[in-house]
Amino acid sequence: MNKKLTQKIGFSFLFLCIAITIVFLLAIIYFVSVRGIKVISWEFLTQAPRNAMTEGGVAPAIVGTLYLTLFAILFALPLGISCAIYLCEYSPKSYIVNIIRISINNLAGVPSVVFGLFGLAVFVKFFKFGVSILAGSLSLSILVLPVIISSTQEALLAVPQSLREASLALGATKWQTIKKIVLPTALPGILTGTILSIGRIAGETAPILFTAAAFYMKGYPKSVFSEVMALPYHIYALMTEGTHPERQTDIAYGCSFILLILVLLVSFVAIIIRQRQRRYQHG
Amino acid sequence: MFRTKEKLYKWIFAILAFASLVFLVGIIIVLFKEALPIFKNIKALDFIFGKFWYPTYEPPEFGILPLVLASIWVSIGAMFVCIPLGVGSALYINEIASYRQKAILKPLIEVLASIPSIVYGFFGMVVLAPFLQNFLHLSIGLCLFTASLTLGIMATPTVCSIAEDALSYVPRSFREASFAVGANRWQTLTRVIIPAAGSGISTAIILGMSRAIGETMTVLMVAGGAAVIPKSIFDPVRPMTAAIASEMGEAPMGSLHYNSLFAIALILFLITFIFNIIAEIISRRFRIKLGLSG
Repeated sequence: MNKKLTQKIGFSFLFLCIAITIVFLLAIIYFVSVRGIKVISWEFLTQAPRNAMTEGGVAPAIVGTLYLTLFAILFALPLGISCAIYLCEYSPKSYIVNIIRISINNLAGVPSVVFGLFGLAVFVKFFKFGVSILAGSLSLSILVLPVIISSTQEALLAVPQSLREASLALGATKWQTIKKIVLPTALPGILTGTILSIGRIAGETAPILFTAAAFYMKGYPKSVFSEVMALPYHIYALMTEGTHPERQTDIAYGCSFILLILVLLVSFVAIIIRQRQRRYQHG
Repeated sequence: MFRTKEKLYKWIFAILAFASLVFLVGIIIVLFKEALPIFKNIKALDFIFGKFWYPTYEPPEFGILPLVLASIWVSIGAMFVCIPLGVGSALYINEIASYRQKAILKPLIEVLASIPSIVYGFFGMVVLAPFLQNFLHLSIGLCLFTASLTLGIMATPTVCSIAEDALSYVPRSFREASFAVGANRWQTLTRVIIPAAGSGISTAIILGMSRAIGETMTVLMVAGGAAVIPKSIFDPVRPMTAAIASEMGEAPMGSLHYNSLFAIALILFLITFIFNIIAEIISRRFRIKLGLSG
């Protein structure tokens, strides 16, 4: 009897844990959405801010976030995939590989604001890119590199060894095997990782604080060397700067809502792809 | 002809593979280089244990103890939230949830883990802080307590997914053996599975802690921003990350203030670096213990 009672209490406690977690997280989505959705209109999505950030829309911030994300992915993707290919396909089991693995793990744990400082010192100052899309997206790409590497590695490891062996047995070289067999098979997995990292980049604020972001700018960025507005930074700036906190809060709700929808949608799609893929692989 | 091409590809990949190492070393070099001037002017111990952070006063004071303590307190507070919630949720998903519940809960937690930190910060600022201020009759809503709570909620999905991973590595045979000797599910959970996955779970906790201490936007918006040593958990504070993010914009390049912010980043980097190394060592032991390949 006692044994059963303890089990009941224990299980209820664990149920309580997950219930609180889910309720809390859904509450965040709920509160942001309820007030955010009221602000959303066609004008809000397509117009530039007016009257000292109190009216108009946030189109430049949306466009800015898209630019930063796009460029960061363009930098990080080839590098991350190559790194994963080396580690999974070529790597001799040696201490060098271990060093690379440890540095990837540690890079993944570096606080995001440190990437911002690195970007400021290296891209903005040393390479003289200035506060620009280029400097910001390079900083973001270093941040997201470990994410891409580990998800690509996972995808490559899921490719059955027999496929590689069959290809090599037919006389294909290592590179031909990778190009024609391994990569196509691993593609859905790599895609999932890429989509997840898009979500991650779009929401990051700290790395672009001093490398790319501007609170307000006239019109859209003209080249990769101009500053940009970005959604996450815009939320922060609306809440901490400016002269009309009341009306700015509403706009910040709208921005948070857009960002939330964007990020949740992206990770939802990625997770759906991955689940399908897993089901497919497990028969 | 084929052979040279093959070798070329191998070398290209090998060189690109070192990118992470290059960036990591680059970050360390940059932080050291930019932080160095401050240590020429102020002794390292005075910098870390100095009680006053007045970088813009005349003469300026560069003591980061208030910032360090703020970071530590906020992270410890967050741990009180995210360890029970995260590990508890992981245990529920792995041990109790039916197949169908699991199929919903796992992806749900993963999707929720992708909510950007700025949204948590915004939520903390406009919903949680006013609510707590009314509810607990606080003088200031943006304070250490609110920051800990927000950060804790934010780290929960991370802790949960990593702990859940660790639990899923525990071999079925452990469970079956325990049931076979007459233990019920709860006894199996507390005496077999948790000890077996213990080091995996502690890896989750350490990585959660590392994430909490390095988190920037949330604490920047919610912690209140006062750079003084807190006397109670309802005082506003300024953690290290918040200090860097909010002051870097005003610090003139090459000034001592600028250098001191890099020095803070260096200390922050070293703390998270140590946490990650510990997590790495523990998780490797864990894999060896369960007979998994490293």
